Amino acid sequence: MKQINPDVVAAFPITPSTEVPQYFSQFVANGEVDTEFVAVESEHSAMSACIGAAAAGGRVMTATASAGLALMWEMLYVGASMRLPMVLAVTNRALSGPINIHNDHSDSMGARDSGWIQLYGENAQEAYDNLIQAVKIGEHPDVQLPVMVCYDGFITSHAVENLEMLEDAEVKAFVGEERKAPFALIGQDPISMGPLDLPNHYFEHKRLQAEAMRNAKRVILEVAAEYEKLTGRKYGFFEEYKMDDAEAAIVLINSSAGTAKTVVDALRAQGKKVGLIKIRVFRPFPAEEIVEALKNVKAVAIMDKVDGFNAAGGPLFNEVVSAMYGKADGKIVQNYIYGLGGRDVTTYNFETVFNNLFNAIETGKYEVYNYIGVRE
Amino acid sequence: MAKLVEIRWHGRGGQGAKTASLLLAEVAFNTGKYIQGFPEYGPERMGAPITAYNRISDEPITIHSNIYEPDYVVVVDETLIKSVPVTAGLKKDGAVIVNTAKSPEEIKKELNFDGKVYTIDARKISEETLGAYFPNTPMLAAVVKITGVVPVETFLNSIEASFKHKFANKPHVVPKNMEAVKRALEEVKGNE
Repeated sequence: MKQINPDVVAAFPITPSTEVPQYFSQFVANGEVDTEFVAVESEHSAMSACIGAAAAGGRVMTATASAGLALMWEMLYVGASMRLPMVLAVTNRALSGPINIHNDHSDSMGARDSGWIQLYGENAQEAYDNLIQAVKIGEHPDVQLPVMVCYDGFITSHAVENLEMLEDAEVKAFVGEERKAPFALIGQDPISMGPLDLPNHYFEHKRLQAEAMRNAKRVILEVAAEYEKLTGRKYGFFEEYKMDDAEAAIVLINSSAGTAKTVVDALRAQGKKVGLIKIRVFRPFPAEEIVEALKNVKAVAIMDKVDGFNAAGGPLFNEVVSAMYGKADGKIVQNYIYGLGGRDVTTYNFETVFNNLFNAIETGKYEVYNYIGVRE
Repeated sequence: MAKLVEIRWHGRGGQGAKTASLLLAEVAFNTGKYIQGFPEYGPERMGAPITAYNRISDEPITIHSNIYEPDYVVVVDETLIKSVPVTAGLKKDGAVIVNTAKSPEEIKKELNFDGKVYTIDARKISEETLGAYFPNTPMLAAVVKITGVVPVETFLNSIEASFKHKFANKPHVVPKNMEAVKRALEEVKGNE
């Protein structure tokens, strides 16, 4: 955020996202950025202030987590439907209740249909890289949508680990010195934004919004290709880890994918054909691409760090399975709910999942809807 | 040094175990290692038992769970030995480093561990050099010496730079902290 030097940051602190506005406000106070920092009285107000600033044509960022994101809910939809590119860093944390400050994906998964693009990252490096790319994705003329950059609370947000940074000038050159808004409340051709939109036009506006989300798929890959030229780090809709000849695979999101990779490595060393897919882009959902990546596996475990409480599977499971329907039938597909409220996710958990998958391949018997790491 | 070294810290809130783990990560980072330093956040109050972790490796680290089978355990507050299973999962060829005035032989009797035991009187060192009880600095030095995750000379240069940065507003405490570090390097003793 410091390297991007946005026009406006409006934020309200909440664990474990607090350090983002806290440190950023120090940069503002020290004159290291010339951002207008708006200290607001709630997250609803934070998102409202961001929407106002973005509607005026500014480059806008904020950060939140958990209940803070929940309090933004109403305004998330307003920002997306007004087609305002903004960047929101979400430090994933469980939702109350019971109150819990630790990591799971209940918060951002709850906001999955708000019209925001959602990028997820395994570690600090990916959170950094995603944040820089988010500016360019959201501001693209064919997209004009806000972007959430999600990463795991505490596990990623509060750990010290290696990070390769770009030079300030490289970041500025990549995202552009300032946002070029095609329309705004102020400037040469000011327009009205967010007025009453009754049945004669509302549907068309929603249709255009959906089209922007479809366009985002192309733009996300274009921006990733440009970022790879700059950094050598490759990004796509998801990462395929040792999937080439995999018979059993895990699909999951964020930091636990790193832990699962060590299990994939260990099982590969024993000659077992295992792999994993780590989702980076959840909105727009890369349905066809995931099906293509899973077409050769015999069994797949789709893992959700959130319970959707629909009694039939978590959100990632439902989306992957519906993408597979009619295109990759006849496979063993399991759902695992894991790590809720910061329950530590261990290599042992992933060994169990892979064992279950191989058992299912051998016997044909398995449960679809499972929990792992919970005391029954 | 093995490719991946895993260290688990046990302390009480306010003693700086978390800070020490982050400093160790920083020191190792400065020698080109891949590092992780992270606390296990619980009830954040003074005196509550806390756990912090380090992974230090020559290769990138992707695992993001807590550490259950550490190579080293560091006990910053010896009263924890009675209430927390500090040596749980500790590898047989690993070692435990305890902040205590007792000898390694004495403390070993209190620990459920047959391997190497090291002790350091971080309270005495801290009170004599810093004039107050900040055990994390001497403990950090002892950990560097016993684990060998970075060469001692490199550590001394790196930690001095860290202190100068951390105590930019009170530079007079830097030499005192360095004295605490050097004494800890000499005074940590073991029962192998």
